[in-house]
Amino acid sequence: MDYEGWSSFAQTGGTAYFVAIFAVVLVYALWPRNGARFKRAAELPMKEKEHGDDRPLA
Amino acid sequence: MAAETSRTARLDPSSATVGMVLLLVIVLGFAGAASATDAGFAAHSWMFLIAGVVGFAALLGWHESGDKTPTFDKAYYEEGVVKAGIVATMFWGVAGFLVGLVIALQLTWPNFFYFPDFPWTNFGRLRPLHTSAVIFAFGGNALIATSFYVVQRTCRTRLAGGMWPWFVFWGYQLFIAVAATGYLMGITQGKEYAEPEWYADLWLTVVWVAYLGVFLATILRRKEPHIYVANWFYLAFIVTIAMLHIVNNISLPASAVGAKSYSLFSGVQSALIQWWYGHNAVGFFLTAGFLAMMYYFIPKRVERPVWSYRLSIVHFWSLIFIYIWAGPHHLHYTALPQWAQTLGMTFSLMLWMPSWGGMINGLMTLSGAWDKLRTDPVVRMLVVSVAFYGMSTFEGPLMSVREVNALSHYTDWGIGHVHSGALGWVGFVTFGSMYCLTQWVWKRPKLYSNALVEWHFWIATLGIVLYICSMWVSGIMEGLMWRAYNDFGFLEYSFVETVSAKHISYIIRALGGGLFLLGALIMIYNLVRTARGDVPVEDRNRASAAPTLQHAE
Repeated sequence: MDYEGWSSFAQTGGTAYFVAIFAVVLVYALWPRNGARFKRAAELPMKEKEHGDDRPLA
Repeated sequence: MAAETSRTARLDPSSATVGMVLLLVIVLGFAGAASATDAGFAAHSWMFLIAGVVGFAALLGWHESGDKTPTFDKAYYEEGVVKAGIVATMFWGVAGFLVGLVIALQLTWPNFFYFPDFPWTNFGRLRPLHTSAVIFAFGGNALIATSFYVVQRTCRTRLAGGMWPWFVFWGYQLFIAVAATGYLMGITQGKEYAEPEWYADLWLTVVWVAYLGVFLATILRRKEPHIYVANWFYLAFIVTIAMLHIVNNISLPASAVGAKSYSLFSGVQSALIQWWYGHNAVGFFLTAGFLAMMYYFIPKRVERPVWSYRLSIVHFWSLIFIYIWAGPHHLHYTALPQWAQTLGMTFSLMLWMPSWGGMINGLMTLSGAWDKLRTDPVVRMLVVSVAFYGMSTFEGPLMSVREVNALSHYTDWGIGHVHSGALGWVGFVTFGSMYCLTQWVWKRPKLYSNALVEWHFWIATLGIVLYICSMWVSGIMEGLMWRAYNDFGFLEYSFVETVSAKHISYIIRALGGGLFLLGALIMIYNLVRTARGDVPVEDRNRASAAPTLQHAE
């Protein structure tokens, strides 16, 4: 393929590729049933033993 | 003989493999020192040799001391390497800020701070020393220390790899030492932010692969089903830096025992690869990694979950997929094809969305706890860092627009932009995280002095404001002076006139940098007193007030 061919492939194909993965990310992030998982995940930094204890929470 | 056997049996595999790597370093260092073709390579071979011997001796000493049962106990977090990382971060931070102040003074009073008999003090050698010291030594140690802390806590498991995290820590310090002394000796491959020569690059690759291994292995043995968002950002930072570092540094050494090498790329390809590397050093080293700090330390410090976890996911994926394409905005009006320049500019503009999405997510985490801005200066430092992040990520895309770039490129505006991100965002989020970490890993109920944190905050903030405002003024001024024509179509100003016009701005900039350094020194005093366990100033005042009250009864 020549230069023109590669550059148009990169430009058009790239746009379609990015729109597609962004759509997938949005669907994953906004999917209602994932809400509970995300809520749990957001609490992760707070889930520890007493302050200053360097043993992992069982 | 029996004692020998039992000792061998107790040898854990991670220490044994680290020992073997160190033996290899000793052999290669010896060979390099014996047959080096230039003085710089010989000096660096000696550094590797000595580091290998000292490291191996330390490993043996630790192994023979016997006081290591149970070795690498999974019932506890590994915090020794985090403590070492805090010390290294603050040490290199002050070193890097100091060299920055020195070169600012050199630019301000070039006759006074010019020492022709000491070539290693030349601006051209000190400037990469400053940039590497603040980005890779200060920032890099902060990233390694916080990532080791955060990945353990959020995966609820001890750091994997036994002795390997310590190899990552000391191996990284060795890379910094080799790079820094190389600049002073005049060893450079002339690529901005990628100045170290081929052997230092190879060593960093070994250390970085070990870092990736430790981080991934820790995630793999996590006790928590979900991988917390901060770990995603850390992982993107580690993986992408490995890729950028390897590709941009592909070169052929002129000799296997000499410092000089030649890049695989040339011309506009070299320029594009360099700025693909250079801008993603900003995007993944100075942004993604530090966003990981934001996503852990702000929620943890204010004891509230991140404002929107869904937004953090969209933030992560859009940031990493967009950032990697923004590099060509460094090459407007060059031999790079116009469409590639426009692509870089377009992706830079698109970055407004994830950047501001992330900023809003960080700031809104405080919703319902805004009073902490007033009561906890550490929280204020973290929040102001996010505000600076928002400001510099607004300015960056603006400067990537071709017409704006025509005015801003090659001027001090660029320097001001970089420092609003580096001092305001990277500096402050690191300071905030280090205040938290020091208190947490040394198990202190509070910092030695909140008042000193206040002093640090206001002195450093004033320094940043002086720095960026003076650079806006001098940058826009010199940009306008460069493009001014007179009635006959000649340039209005000679170059030296544009330089002397910036003198006042340079004085103000040096003052700003000096204040930032002063703030960091106050911080170190505070952290040392905190780590030592001295009675906090606020408690001491309360204690001395108590007897007076008893007398009154």
